Amino acid sequence: MREVVAEFSHPVMLYSIGKDSSVMLHLAMKAFYPAKPSFPLMHVDTTWKFREMIQFRDAAARRLGLELIVHVNEDGLKRGVNPFDSGSALHTQVMKTESLKQALDKHGFDAAFGGARRDEEKSRAKERIFSFRDRHHGWDPKNQRPEFWRVYNTRINKGESIRVFPLSNWTEIDIWQYILAENIPIVPLYFAARRPVVARGGTLIMRDDERMRLLPGEKIEEKLVRFRTLGCYPLTGAIESDADTLEAIVSEMFTARTSERQGRMIDGDEKASMERKKKEGYF
Amino acid sequence: MTAAGPTLSQFLAAQERKTLLRFLTCGSVDDGKSTLIGRLLFDTKLLFDDTLSALEKDSSKFGTTGDDIDFALLVDGLEAEREQGITIDVAYRFFATDKRKFIVADTPGHEQYTRNMATGASNSDLAVILVDARKGVLTQTRRHAYIVSLLGIRHIVLAVNKIDLVDYAQDVFDRIVADFNGFSDRLGFASRVAIPLSARFGDNVIAASERTPWYRGPALLAHLEGVDIDSALAGKPLRLPVQWVNRPDLNFRGFAGTLTSGRVRPGDAIVVARSGRLSRVARIVTMDGDRDEAIAGDAVTITLADEVDVSRGDVLCDSHARPDVSDQFAAHLLWMAEEELLPGRQYLLKLATSTVAATVSTLKHKVDVNSLERLASRTLALNEVGYCNFSLAQPLAFDPYRDNRDMGGFILIDRFTNATVGAGMIDFGLRRATNVHWQALDVNKEARAGIKGQKPAILWFTGLSGSGKSTIANLVEKALTAEGRHTYLLDGDNVRHGLNRDLGFTDADRVENIRRVGETAKLFLDAGLIVLVSFISPFRSERRMARELVDADEFIEVFVDTPLEVCMARDPKGLYQKARAGAIKNFTGIDSPYETPEKAEITLATVEASAEEQAARILKYLREKRYI
Repeated sequence: MREVVAEFSHPVMLYSIGKDSSVMLHLAMKAFYPAKPSFPLMHVDTTWKFREMIQFRDAAARRLGLELIVHVNEDGLKRGVNPFDSGSALHTQVMKTESLKQALDKHGFDAAFGGARRDEEKSRAKERIFSFRDRHHGWDPKNQRPEFWRVYNTRINKGESIRVFPLSNWTEIDIWQYILAENIPIVPLYFAARRPVVARGGTLIMRDDERMRLLPGEKIEEKLVRFRTLGCYPLTGAIESDADTLEAIVSEMFTARTSERQGRMIDGDEKASMERKKKEGYF
Repeated sequence: MTAAGPTLSQFLAAQERKTLLRFLTCGSVDDGKSTLIGRLLFDTKLLFDDTLSALEKDSSKFGTTGDDIDFALLVDGLEAEREQGITIDVAYRFFATDKRKFIVADTPGHEQYTRNMATGASNSDLAVILVDARKGVLTQTRRHAYIVSLLGIRHIVLAVNKIDLVDYAQDVFDRIVADFNGFSDRLGFASRVAIPLSARFGDNVIAASERTPWYRGPALLAHLEGVDIDSALAGKPLRLPVQWVNRPDLNFRGFAGTLTSGRVRPGDAIVVARSGRLSRVARIVTMDGDRDEAIAGDAVTITLADEVDVSRGDVLCDSHARPDVSDQFAAHLLWMAEEELLPGRQYLLKLATSTVAATVSTLKHKVDVNSLERLASRTLALNEVGYCNFSLAQPLAFDPYRDNRDMGGFILIDRFTNATVGAGMIDFGLRRATNVHWQALDVNKEARAGIKGQKPAILWFTGLSGSGKSTIANLVEKALTAEGRHTYLLDGDNVRHGLNRDLGFTDADRVENIRRVGETAKLFLDAGLIVLVSFISPFRSERRMARELVDADEFIEVFVDTPLEVCMARDPKGLYQKARAGAIKNFTGIDSPYETPEKAEITLATVEASAEEQAARILKYLREKRYI
């Protein structure tokens, strides 16, 4: 992170409000102490995030005294793009991928931190820590810069940018252990509580507000659930769990039998879907 | 969690004790590398249920193993790889056992992907080189062994895979091992372990196989868990490349970076490698309070006891064990661009936190990565390795790569495309003798002057041609030498015959003339001498330039004030006559001005006293001001 601040003129931290973002933000606070991180946080809001996420986001920025930029793809909103009618693929494409590009272009950021980890998904396993993006934010997996030792090539031409993944070599269990060790605040949705959910596609979807539509035959039930990953609520599955403390979550983790992205409905859309999204500029 | 399972605190304590091993796997397309990694992930139960169900689906679609699970599909992530069935880029995998955490760099084996393999090797401590038991040691096996040794890997596992396809035959295995050892003896590995295995069926991967009773060594995983790769970086001299200077306000100035080696505690003496400035560590600052110690690998912010000039690119070091500081070194270079290396072309070189312009001054030879032969070459093509001398625009602090990867490994960047075109490993520094900053601390101007029993100074004689400068300067030098002082006289005419013979008498050339003389005088001053400079030096600005090169009390301007008409009357070399006849252009006093000094330390009116008396005045001045 210090390397980015020393070498780039206009960095930004993409803050997704999830546990990885929380860890990344905590690391930034430590890396620059006693100074504060000199870059703003930016959240690309699809307008379908859990309400608790938004509250947490605003409170975190206030508590740490950091600038927060919230970007919404207004054009997508006007076109009425939403996860129900448009499908998860189009929704993600317009409200996340396109929206992120808009935001980066609008503010002219030349480096953006992201909390992605290599253990999450196959195409991410080949991602660089400093990942070059062309003028159109595209990623060319066959032409990545070789990354030797801890020496990062930070040179870019005008209009190009670098995505930086400080958590590349962390695993999910590392994240949870660190949250526990450092007592890092996270969104309450990660802890088990009774929540209104509906069973759909093998996972449990929470009804976070009245926009949630039910399919014929579906009904809302109160269940003791928590989330292992957070995104847009209609696309994010909960798991049944009674882990309501960090200790309980870590205990549950080391006996877990499913990967965290299983709750992500967007990954299953088609094979190699993540790689395709990334070529288009998804984080 | 079952009641008999470990408690959370036991679990966390076990996690804490685990060490990390980073290793790479290399082998060619069909050696079964991806299958082996998939097998490790599978057998260490690191696969989640949903990943497994996806794998079963994929296996029937793309798989090459019939109805069995094709483990290679777990790790071949990119679409192009799946379609072609090869691994083209480094993929990083993570797994853990009760003893260790592992990060695996899964690297491609083709010669055209040598750079990808080297990338994986650069961050690994151990290499698993796969060999197909049916094929034995191939050219590419030798290449892989050489590349990993070049990148500084000291521990190697020769995995003789597909042992099932040679009926678990011991003689096949033994022959391959003998072959490999014969070749790799000269690569200097600290440990070499050969294991017969079948990635597809799991023989000797996690547990010893009953089908190879003749093999008594460890299974692969047991070896990976147990191998001692401690490179003892914490026991080496401190190196802290400064990444960023933390200045939230005027009262705090911290230097942030990651210790590449050694340890540091408050109170430790450190030196700034390039400038040679010394200081002590005041604090190790963190958000959770100051720390007593930081060791290799820690990212820290430290403050120093003194106001010393430190910026990004400087390296804070153990003052008793300093790195090389030089603008030239010899290094191995792996070329990674389609466009070939051109010796003499300028690239950017990034080492630790410094980026400087650099050229390959000599390409001594290239290495055939298959045979290790040294070949004469004028250039390096993609994936070729050469041994080169580098020349940098500014000196850098570095260590040999074998001692410290972070202080001896560098990348080369193309100035126009910004692509990373080369990776280099420093062998040793060149031209240490000219390392001025380094020596500045040990033997400095004061030390040199001290053993001569004098305070060094420049006596700068200025005045018209024929004013008597050289005569008086000669007398002063004789007198000083007679009493055992160390001097040197720079005389306008003599210097113009040698050092400055390319210069004429135009204003531009007069400026350059004085600049060179000023710099030369400064070097003699640094040597501890009393330097006498006898030059007309007609322009005030150039005299000021010479004065400003040195400290205020080191420059004594002596104005030899002789009226023009007296000089013309003396005309010892017949120059005024020639100038007035127009035979010499730009002659001071005739057709080029002389600007009289305004604040000379000593003014000598030569018409009032003899040259000997003037010389005596200068000696008196030097004594009064305690130069001698």
